[in-house]
Amino acid sequence: MAEASAKQVLLEPIFSNNPIALQILGICSALAVTTSMNVTIVMCISVIAVTAFSNLAVSLVRTQIPNSIRIIVQMTIIASLVIVVDQVLKAYAYEISKQLSVFVGLIITNCIVMGRAEGFAMKNGPVLSFLDGIGNGLGYSVLLLFVAFFRELLGAGSLFGLSLMPVVNEGGWYIPNGLLLLPPSAFFIIGLAIWGLRSWKPEQVEQPDYKMSRHKAKEAF
Amino acid sequence: MSNAKETVSRTIIVALALCIVCSVVVSTAAVMLKPAQVTNQNLDIKSNILAAAGMLDADASPAEIEELFQRFDVRLLDLDTGEYVDPETVGVEDAMKYDMYKAASDPAMSETLSSSEDPAGIKRRPNVAKIFTLSENGELTRVVLPVHGYGLWSTLYGFVSLEGDANTIEGLGFYAHAETPGLGGEVDNPRWKQQWVGKTVYDAANMSQPQIRLVKGGVDPNDQNKEHKVDALSGATLTSRGVEQLLNYWMGDNGYATFLQKLRQGEV
Repeated sequence: MAEASAKQVLLEPIFSNNPIALQILGICSALAVTTSMNVTIVMCISVIAVTAFSNLAVSLVRTQIPNSIRIIVQMTIIASLVIVVDQVLKAYAYEISKQLSVFVGLIITNCIVMGRAEGFAMKNGPVLSFLDGIGNGLGYSVLLLFVAFFRELLGAGSLFGLSLMPVVNEGGWYIPNGLLLLPPSAFFIIGLAIWGLRSWKPEQVEQPDYKMSRHKAKEAF
Repeated sequence: MSNAKETVSRTIIVALALCIVCSVVVSTAAVMLKPAQVTNQNLDIKSNILAAAGMLDADASPAEIEELFQRFDVRLLDLDTGEYVDPETVGVEDAMKYDMYKAASDPAMSETLSSSEDPAGIKRRPNVAKIFTLSENGELTRVVLPVHGYGLWSTLYGFVSLEGDANTIEGLGFYAHAETPGLGGEVDNPRWKQQWVGKTVYDAANMSQPQIRLVKGGVDPNDQNKEHKVDALSGATLTSRGVEQLLNYWMGDNGYATFLQKLRQGEV
């Protein structure tokens, strides 16, 4: 990787190199925590914090880490940060941490965090790595918020818990789409988002792995 | 890669140093944040109890919750005899510290239910329950009882609040469950919960057999048993059945019926 500027490192992951839309990483939590905007925002902040600080920490010690245990070292750093974030949420955002339940802990297994530590922070200085962590966290957040926007609006008729379209169960007119509250719906929305993004930026379209050749054999009559 | 950092001793030193630093960071965070977390958990339980009793405003501050909850007495109740017991008999100094769900997995403090005795699907029942009573001018006006049982995907945990006659429902609420959002998850819907207010658990003729039913298609206003009936949740037959069975179980002989009977006769 050529020397990247701070701005590039920070902004590229948001649309040009989005960790979810282009690299298809971190899908698990994108399905699980996007039923409401409030929960999603807390999850996004947690992921940004973990990615940024794990990148920073890995980058600071990168020259000291023996190659043979580098993955374990990264994992330990990430796991410690995730536990700290989880404890902070339990202390200061108890309601939301109850809704996020295991998914805060599962940030450990989020491929984005590990991928940036191994792919970027091991080769770059602390400042750039920190910004790269924030950038990738933001890229993750943008897509999650996009998904959560549609899931909460169409699934529950509200945004940030404020009712915009009063639902039938509470005496309104909007019949909510229950599918959007279930995890599989996020697949559809992420798929549509990737489609939209790649139509906008066609250079993100991958080369097909293989091409079907024309059918040549003559049919027997 | 230089060879200096690839030696075995170097690897061990780095690993040890990392472990020490990380464990210090994690334990510092855990210890420092513990008091705030405990406060949150206690507040959460108290607000659930108040919510079931219909005494909680949506924007109540922590201080208001504490103050309202102060008015409740926390009691430990032997479910078989229907009598209050001292906290010492279950090994805690303060009734609030007793956890009946933890006790349910301790063979010495609970009993196994056979499948015929277990419509709520809870498998083990603690011998002692933790209940909350509210008295005004020496007269008991509210009793909040913890209930739990299996719905469709998950065990629902909640509280039922009864009026001083130990029969009329004042409110109920589930604070932990994992039913389908939008279908079974509607057990949390305030409008649905509102229907429970004023329903009665028992018939005047038979004060030990709970009669609660969740019926499909709404309650017929001409039904003579309508005071025991609540509209079931649409699209959530199994969750509704779970709620019906868990309430009838806990209000029955294996649950609180003995205690409520004594309460009505003024024996406890």
